[in-house]
Amino acid sequence: MAVQLLKGNVAFAEAAVRYGLQAYFGYPITPQSEALEHLSGRMLQEGRVFLQAESEVAAINMVYGAACCGVRVMTSTSGPGFSLMTEGLSYIAGSEIPVVVVDMMRGGPGLGNIQPSQADYFLMTKTAGHGDFHPIVLAPASVQELIDSMGLAFALAEKYRTLVIVAGDGSLGQMMESAELPPMQPLPEQRPVWAVTGAKGREPNVITSMYLVAEHLEQVNLRLQAKLAEIRKHEVRFVESQTGDAELLLVAYGTSGRICTSVLRQARQNGLPVGLLRPQTLWPFPEQRLRELAEQVRGVLVVEMSAGQMLEDVEHAVQGRVPVRFHGRTGGMIPMVEDVLSELQALASDLGVTP
Amino acid sequence: MSQSIIAPEEMELAYAYPASLTRAYTHYCPGCVHGIVHRLVAEVIDELGIRERAIGVAPVGCAVLIYNYINTDFVEAAHGRAPAMATGIKRVNPDNVVFTYQGDGDLAAIGTAEIIHAANRGERITTVFINNAIYGMTGGQMAPTTLQGMVTTSTPMGRNCQLAGYPIRMSEILAQTAGAVYVTREAALDLAGIRKTKRAIKRAFLAQMHGLGFASVEVLSTCPTNWGMDPWAAMQWAKENLAAYYPLDTFKITDAVKALPA
Ligand SMILES: Cc1ncc(C[n+]2csc(CCOP(=O)(O)OP(=O)(O)O)c2C)c(N)n1
Ligand code: SF4
Repeated sequence: MAVQLLKGNVAFAEAAVRYGLQAYFGYPITPQSEALEHLSGRMLQEGRVFLQAESEVAAINMVYGAACCGVRVMTSTSGPGFSLMTEGLSYIAGSEIPVVVVDMMRGGPGLGNIQPSQADYFLMTKTAGHGDFHPIVLAPASVQELIDSMGLAFALAEKYRTLVIVAGDGSLGQMMESAELPPMQPLPEQRPVWAVTGAKGREPNVITSMYLVAEHLEQVNLRLQAKLAEIRKHEVRFVESQTGDAELLLVAYGTSGRICTSVLRQARQNGLPVGLLRPQTLWPFPEQRLRELAEQVRGVLVVEMSAGQMLEDVEHAVQGRVPVRFHGRTGGMIPMVEDVLSELQALASDLGVTP
Repeated sequence: MSQSIIAPEEMELAYAYPASLTRAYTHYCPGCVHGIVHRLVAEVIDELGIRERAIGVAPVGCAVLIYNYINTDFVEAAHGRAPAMATGIKRVNPDNVVFTYQGDGDLAAIGTAEIIHAANRGERITTVFINNAIYGMTGGQMAPTTLQGMVTTSTPMGRNCQLAGYPIRMSEILAQTAGAVYVTREAALDLAGIRKTKRAIKRAFLAQMHGLGFASVEVLSTCPTNWGMDPWAAMQWAKENLAAYYPLDTFKITDAVKALPA
């Protein structure tokens, strides 16, 4: 496949088709509607299922129903829609069904605006619905990574029978960048044994998240927790740059992570010993690696397009070993390289870190 | 006169336990209509020979455990979302026969949007809608279908429609949607009504199997426990009061559905 100029939203939608998406249900919301629009044509062209639902509540429950049939299915949305989906996400988690959701975050709370944001971090990693569960949350930082995330998302969802969220933001969805799409992949031929397909020649399959006996539900929860522990052990992903001799550490994901790559370059040009840790999974969070780095560096600067959400996970990992500072913009504002750089320089001089 | 003795295998079968009904004891209260309608659904599934093709969508309500009683594949929906889930299932499994079984809180309150849009899209699904004018599972609160003046645990002085809104006639509303091909209201309150209800349920399944569109059967029912009546009194009360406000009628039937083999 050739490298092409692709818009984030179209890129992830087309990537999903090529990674074998069999059904899509969604409701329009900026800044991800181009994905739904793209799929409205492409899925039908491929003889697959596309349906525009009456709401995100309906969309996620359509996704849930289709996923119970053992097909590869997804939806995409942005904050207000994600809020509406949380009921369904909890049922999906409770019944251990593979589902992929893309959240192109926008400014909030409330109707907020349609500019990019990273303020759904808590919502995606910790409060995606009632009860004890975490989705896997992937955090791509470029259109290419967004494309690759779709393949990974389906693979992880099916491997662990779990919910996978691809966390983008308005700028990632809207930006055009050169990237390469995967070749068209064959659709899975068989349905998994647990799927509802009609009880032909077997006992009926029942997919439920209800266990009325406390002892039973506790067992289900223990199994879920064991699975999450496996995921924590095997699926942490991150990118590290110039951490070898770093005395200061930037931590940022997605669009903020990209901005910090520029900050890093300039800081290094100025001779500051800085490194960058960019989580590619927000859950599971690269806690272990961050703790190790906290033994090495003298200070950490977290950069987010929120009032400080991932910050809490960073602080939890660092456990007070070194100072953790925060630079965040909200409301759809994007951190500026100069601002992060001066924040970093202030941290350096406070800690006596010199070029 | 000598009477010949008929061998068992030559006897005409007058009664059998439906194959699509499990042997589990139900958790329903004595005299609850849910059990009757479960049996009708099971008989219809047997008669149409679709047990191995059917996928049920269970509601949140007293019938939440329907998958323990009807012997087909099942999923358990969130409260009111069964039609959306059924849509997802039917769209990816068009050869399966997909049905929802929902109460009046599930279908007429929290899930109003989902049922109306599923009907309007003409989803090839079948909906069995139990109208017992109350929230059974949560202990007898007002449902959207509760009649004016009816005492419930959340209308202790009787439903005052000025305050609490009016009982909603869902079948009449669903019949307005272009995608619905068969919308009817029956009453499982006596033998004749139960037989008629069964015929309607069968027709609603057949409509789906012939790919015609959305079909629903509302069934006037009782909740003796939360109405504070014995089962017999509840049946009589329902016939006099529920059926007066909710007329038994077929609100929509297309020619194609009419032409289906009965
Ligand atoms: C989102 C949500 N809200 C509320 C409930 C609580 N709840 C469970 S069943 C029910 C009403 C059931 O009434 P109905 O649908 O009429 O069924 P019935 O029990 O009468 O058969 C309610 C409010 C719930 N489970 N989920
Ligand atoms: S509470 Fe009412 S609807 Fe529920 S099982 Fe008892 S009688 Fe039936």
